[in-house]
Amino acid sequence: MSLKHDIGFTLNGVKKRVTVDVGMTALDMLRDVVGLTGTKYGCGEGECGACTIQVDGLSMNSCLMFAVDCDGRDLVTIEGLAADPRADALREAFVEHGAVQCGFCTPGMVVQAAHLLATHPDADAETIKRGIEGNLCRCTGYKKIVDAIESACCGGK
Amino acid sequence: MNVAEKTHFIEADTLIGKRIQKKDAPEKAAGKTRYIQDMVLPGQLHAKILRSSRVHARIVSIDTSAAKALPGVHVVLTAADVPDQQPIGVARDHLPLKGERVRSLRDEIAAVAADSEEIAEAALKLIRVEYEDLPIISDPQDALKPGAPLIHPEPHGADGKHLHLKPNAPIAFAGKPDNIAMQFDYTHGDLAQAEAESDVVFEDTFKLHYVTHCCMGVSGIIAEFDASGNLLMYSNTQVPFLHKREFAEYLHMDPSRIRIIQPPIGGGFGSKLDIYPFEVICIFLARAAQRPVKMVFSREEEFLASPTRQPVLLTLRSGCKKDGTLTFRQVHTLHDNGAYTSWGATTPFVMMQTFSSLYRVPACDYHTTAVYTNNPYAGSFRGYGNLQATFAIEQHMDMLAEAIQMDPLEFRLKNAQDAGEVTGQGMKFKSCGFKECLTTAAERSDYQAKHRDNIVHRGDAGPVKRGIGIASMLHVGGGAKIYPSDGCGTILKLDDFANVTLITGASEIGQGSETVLSQLVCEELGLPISAVTVVNNDTAITPWDVGVHASRTTFIAGNSAIGAAKKAKAKILAAAAKKHGCDETALDLRGGFVIKADTGEPVVELARLMRNLHFSDKAELVMTTFYYEPPSVHQDKGFKGDVSAAYAWATQVVEVEVDTDTGIVKMTKVTGAHDVGRVLNRLGIEGQIEGGVVMGQGYALTENLIVDNGVTRNPNFRDYKLVTAPEIPEMDISFIESMDGEGPQGAKGVGEAPSICIAAAAANAIYNATGVRIFALPFTPEAVYRALHGKAEKPQLQAWKVTTT
Ligand code: FES
Ligand code: FES
Repeated sequence: MSLKHDIGFTLNGVKKRVTVDVGMTALDMLRDVVGLTGTKYGCGEGECGACTIQVDGLSMNSCLMFAVDCDGRDLVTIEGLAADPRADALREAFVEHGAVQCGFCTPGMVVQAAHLLATHPDADAETIKRGIEGNLCRCTGYKKIVDAIESACCGGK
Repeated sequence: MNVAEKTHFIEADTLIGKRIQKKDAPEKAAGKTRYIQDMVLPGQLHAKILRSSRVHARIVSIDTSAAKALPGVHVVLTAADVPDQQPIGVARDHLPLKGERVRSLRDEIAAVAADSEEIAEAALKLIRVEYEDLPIISDPQDALKPGAPLIHPEPHGADGKHLHLKPNAPIAFAGKPDNIAMQFDYTHGDLAQAEAESDVVFEDTFKLHYVTHCCMGVSGIIAEFDASGNLLMYSNTQVPFLHKREFAEYLHMDPSRIRIIQPPIGGGFGSKLDIYPFEVICIFLARAAQRPVKMVFSREEEFLASPTRQPVLLTLRSGCKKDGTLTFRQVHTLHDNGAYTSWGATTPFVMMQTFSSLYRVPACDYHTTAVYTNNPYAGSFRGYGNLQATFAIEQHMDMLAEAIQMDPLEFRLKNAQDAGEVTGQGMKFKSCGFKECLTTAAERSDYQAKHRDNIVHRGDAGPVKRGIGIASMLHVGGGAKIYPSDGCGTILKLDDFANVTLITGASEIGQGSETVLSQLVCEELGLPISAVTVVNNDTAITPWDVGVHASRTTFIAGNSAIGAAKKAKAKILAAAAKKHGCDETALDLRGGFVIKADTGEPVVELARLMRNLHFSDKAELVMTTFYYEPPSVHQDKGFKGDVSAAYAWATQVVEVEVDTDTGIVKMTKVTGAHDVGRVLNRLGIEGQIEGGVVMGQGYALTENLIVDNGVTRNPNFRDYKLVTAPEIPEMDISFIESMDGEGPQGAKGVGEAPSICIAAAAANAIYNATGVRIFALPFTPEAVYRALHGKAEKPQLQAWKVTTT
């Protein structure tokens, strides 16, 4: 029905080739074509951050990105953060600080937080709050998420 | 367990009150949890619903021929294809697929199951619907006017004219001669006399707006029939056992042929308490396609077609004497039901409790009329009417206090309930930490001094004014006897390695019940939390439970789990006593061992005892069951009765900065004191309260679903503003441990409590800062600016005493 395109990229350290519809989002490609469902759909409009991934080291809303634009890029999703010891500490901090309730926002939060810590290793609470401003959470009231990121931030030093 | 440990004495330890990590958190933080949105079944089709493009209209014709012809489309259904549809919902007042009339923009007209979502969506665009517009009612006050157009005149039932009825089928919904969906009338005490005794009386109308749950995981369902016609549903319902029965009725099936599996859920907050059309429609599609069918909403659809919090127009009259004694309360509310009746219409159950019993009030007269309109329909939402009631009551408490020149805290303390009290509504307060909540929150926030100072500084130069406001709440904390049973069953088994499988009827919806229930079991059996596996998501396995609502899970399922664990413990100790030739009362369980109760000396490792029991001549396993039914009663016809086994209390003090130039209100601090009975998992309860506070903040300041002549104008997160991380207030939360005699380890429910007072306290804080009282929510910059500059219209409720009762 629609136009297809072959693309290649690195996903969580592994080279990938896939065929995607030209109109497909990176989010749909990850979830429906590649089959990695850790990245979540929350709004599809760049407003909630549930779909956050890292593209060439920058954090992006994958729902706003075309799959074809992933061609030649380096993508890291929540599944890929498993290989990163710093992210390990972050995930543990989320668990330890009670930053997870329903957990639906959590993968996006963790990916965003990992990027934040990579760019602002000394972030204080205010910086962290601003850093996760684009990630909505309906359950926790954010406080424990901020605490978790802050602890990983200092603990990582 | 290391046997060498045997030489050590085992110290008593407890998990209660500790910070216990959520059992499901590691999976969730790793992105490995599979939510319903993530599930893919082999052969699965994707479904989409065509909704009305008119707010109120007669359907003249529906043409699905082009949609059916589209390659990849398996099934297209309209009402005509499902002649055996039954009316659904709390009042059984609507059919899943509407065939003759649409009454709101969310109305379902047709549904498609196709190979992909894209094809299903393309098929929807090919469906032609011809409408004939009908007059719209969007203001609930118009719904009651004489000669108002009727929303539900026709029956869904059996007069032969209605194509969804089989000949001679009973009339399930008779139609309505007016637009009144439900009415509630409650009274206690002598109103006239109490009013005559009053020195001060206030009467004001309050307006409460639309907000919606905004669960981060959108709604979804997967339905599948097996070759024998048994239905398997993957659903995020909060009440699987009740729904099993209801679905059976809607589908003309034997309930035993329906199985519901609940995958992890991306937020609930009350939204999954009713059965919605999309669920029934998805099952219809699966039945027709004979394939698994998955339906997942888009975010826009979630905004348009999931329930809202109940919008309310409420007139309150309250009086008190000069000495600060409350005399009476009289309340009339008009509930905008929307086009259909869901749980929102029944929020008066909770609202009247607050009016009648939060404070001691000798006379209370309460009336609600819920009317049909062409607006979105309201459902249950965390707090269930209590945010609305508390918003009105607690503003009047401040106004009365001011009128008699009494400190607002003193005034509240004078009228606050105590343990041992039986209210006019028949609620019995066995444990009650209300006064301690008031004094704790006030002291920790320095409420009284700040309240006085802020008034003094109102006239200071500069646009930013500081305010502090107080509000309290009463909510059921030990279940709520609404259904024939409010119980929960538990099955508990220990394996050969002393690991426990806890099979409970209670669902986990992110609130942390798995962890708390595990804690309670471990406390009895002296095991580490890691020894417990919880099974809680499959009606074919788990014992009955009434569902997740009314802040009941910790209390009811907790007591049930404790009951099963106590039985297991008795069995274990009896076996150990027999084997080791001692008295079972001299034994206890601790640290994975059977120990001597007095010294802590290990007798036998529990795992070893389990294996010995199992592999002995009289082979035995430790498996127990327990069903807990709380000692609450049903209300009588006048809504009186002790409906919950325990009641929870809280006081919240909110501090704000109001920019009088812009109308921007910043919530700077929330100081809360919660009577939770006892803290079980400190980490979990803190998280639940913080999340609730911020949800309350959104209700007060930012969230507003704009419904304009039946059209939802802002179905997205860009224009519907959830609170974001930089906006959260500083939070200081205290726990009052009133040790409820019936509660599990003394605990009471807390799930709904933290959202309830925030808007009310914020209203009082804005008044404290500016001297301007605002009677309508939300406090958006525009609304506050208008109010501060005398441009706000005061809400009016003409229905006052007009309704026929
Ligand atoms: S799904 Fe991408 S930002 Fe919400
Ligand atoms: S934990 Fe539920 S949305 Fe954040």
